[in-house]
Amino acid sequence: MVPTSYFLVLSAVLFAIGALGVLVRRNVLIIFMSVEMMLNAVNLTFAALAHHFLQLHGQVFVLMVMVVAAAEVAIGLAIVMSVVRHKDTTNIEDMNLLKG
Amino acid sequence: MLDYAWLMLLFPALGVLIISFFGTRLGRRVVGFLAPAMVFLSFAVAVAMFVQMLGLPAEERSHELTLWNWMVVGNFSVDIALLIDQLSVTMALVVTGVGFLIHVYSAGYMHDDPRYPRFFAFLNFFILMMTTLILANNYLLMFVGWEGVGLASYMLIGFWFEKPTAADAGKKAFIVNRIGDFGLLLAIMVIWTGLGTLQFSEVFARAPEVWGVGNAAVMAATMLMLLAATGKSAQIPLFVWLPDAMEGPTPVSALIHAATMVTAGVYMIARSAVLFDLAPATGNWVAWVGVATAFVAGTIALTQTDLKRILAYSTVSQLGFMFVAVGVGAYAAGIFHLMTHAFFKALLFLGAGSVMHALHGELDIRKMGNLRAKLPVTYWTFVAGAAALAGIPLLSGFFSKDAILFYAFEHQIPLWVVGIITAFITAFYSFRMVFMAFWGEERDKKLFQHAHESPRVMTIPLILLAAGAVLAGYVGLPSISAIDGWLEPVLKAGEHAAEGAAHNFTLEMILLGVSALVALAGAYLAYRAYIVNRGMPKRVRESLGFVTKLVENKYYVDELYNAIVVEPLRAIGGWLAQTFDQRGIDGAVNGLAGATGWLGSQVRRLQSGMVGLYALAMLFGAVALLAWFAIR
Repeated sequence: MVPTSYFLVLSAVLFAIGALGVLVRRNVLIIFMSVEMMLNAVNLTFAALAHHFLQLHGQVFVLMVMVVAAAEVAIGLAIVMSVVRHKDTTNIEDMNLLKG
Repeated sequence: MLDYAWLMLLFPALGVLIISFFGTRLGRRVVGFLAPAMVFLSFAVAVAMFVQMLGLPAEERSHELTLWNWMVVGNFSVDIALLIDQLSVTMALVVTGVGFLIHVYSAGYMHDDPRYPRFFAFLNFFILMMTTLILANNYLLMFVGWEGVGLASYMLIGFWFEKPTAADAGKKAFIVNRIGDFGLLLAIMVIWTGLGTLQFSEVFARAPEVWGVGNAAVMAATMLMLLAATGKSAQIPLFVWLPDAMEGPTPVSALIHAATMVTAGVYMIARSAVLFDLAPATGNWVAWVGVATAFVAGTIALTQTDLKRILAYSTVSQLGFMFVAVGVGAYAAGIFHLMTHAFFKALLFLGAGSVMHALHGELDIRKMGNLRAKLPVTYWTFVAGAAALAGIPLLSGFFSKDAILFYAFEHQIPLWVVGIITAFITAFYSFRMVFMAFWGEERDKKLFQHAHESPRVMTIPLILLAAGAVLAGYVGLPSISAIDGWLEPVLKAGEHAAEGAAHNFTLEMILLGVSALVALAGAYLAYRAYIVNRGMPKRVRESLGFVTKLVENKYYVDELYNAIVVEPLRAIGGWLAQTFDQRGIDGAVNGLAGATGWLGSQVRRLQSGMVGLYALAMLFGAVALLAWFAIR
């Protein structure tokens, strides 16, 4: 039996990689994937702790996060598509229309 | 009929509404008929009330008519109510009667004016407000009329507002009157706080009990009323607006600035006779203000060369005589002179209008001469008016002025001395106008060639007014004065007058003789100076030097007021507009806007456009929150 702490460490590592990806990468699609990775790291934590405490709440919450993530991807990709059509770039640095 | 007094207000009100809304569509003929007709109907109501009143015993002649309750605030209650008594009916007859004739005359005089309907709407509005003033049974409703006639006066003086002088004259009249109106408003407040009512009958019943003779409150109320009267009736110190008011159309000068509105102050003092009897000191002030104004304005009239301005100063001077009368307690004599003056001064103004009409707007008497050859009707009626003004025996002005001088003599002999000198001056300038304008030879040939008599719509009112100017005096013959007896129940002047007459019949006859001699002497001197010996006026002017300059410049009163009132106010206004408003008010508003803008420009830098930075900030925020929760 794998101890719960392994799962928590793994998810922390995954979350840190995702966050770092969001911060350092410039390509919108990569940033998107990094965000997904952060979400899934959280999902892993939920599932692991649900198993640890033998309760279903955590697992239900995972399903919830998946639904939200799917919706977010749909909208996010649509925005990316329209930006690409408009500016012909996926570089986040060029998307600064609302700059003060 | 007395219960239908409200009809007197209804007709002019209808006239105002119909002409204001449909005037241009109805056309000149209809408007020119409708406006005089409305005033005539009012006049007919007044005559009917007068006739009915004659049939009643003296104590039943006063009638109050409450139309509706105007306002109730706490224990303060005012009605829209009319008081019909001997005094208000007399005033109503004069206002609507003379007003009707002037309306008819205006229909001819204003014939070519592009704003014809507007003129008649304003004239009818004036009649409406003047009847309100006269018929009101309380001070507040009277104040409404008082302000209303001031508004009408402003609109009509500035009727030809394209001319800057006319627009300025309108403003001047309005602003100067405002000072007086403020006095009346304060007087009303004093009366209300002291007596708890504004209705005439209650005020006059309570005042002697609550206040008594010489009380400070009654002094304050009457002095404030005197201030109000000096504004409306153009007395020292507020007379400066009336001569400038001559910029308005001539019928306006005749109706408002000679016959009716300017007498409102005299009417108010006569109406408040009970209060003025309680304040003898104020009465003295009234008399001296009156006689000083009469003298000052009379001397200015001597030097003027503009026909209408001579008449304007003459009006100021004659109003001064009325003030003397009401000041010495001879209220009936004041109202009597008010009535005769309404006839002859309206006549003189309309005559001046007729001359103006004939000479294409020329009013300088130095350019006239021999006009009697071209304008016979105007000439004869003008002579009747001038003779009545001069106080030539057996004409109306003779009897009324003499009554005033008699009471002035009884009261204080110095008043009489100044009065009789002014009467002499009056006679002189009246005939100076006649001789310079109508006698001698024509000075301006071209003007004279084109002169023509006015149409009948203008000459018939002149003839009717001339009849009034000649005959109106016979209601107030010395010692058997009908008007004294008629007004006695209202003014309580009858006993005083009858007593004086009984004791001093010889004195009155002597004074009568002196007045007659003085009037004739003034007229004769004018004849010598302007017909026989033409070099004389010039020699007199030169020999008087400094005095001539002073009088010709109207005692520099306008200049004085400009220096001590107008210019300082302008300076304050300029400072407020340019310094206080632009730096103070605008500075505060603009400063606030600037500060907000600066703050925004600083905060804007946070929005750098670098998404990575936002994400980092969010991360740090989240970590910081977590840390805070963890540590707590």
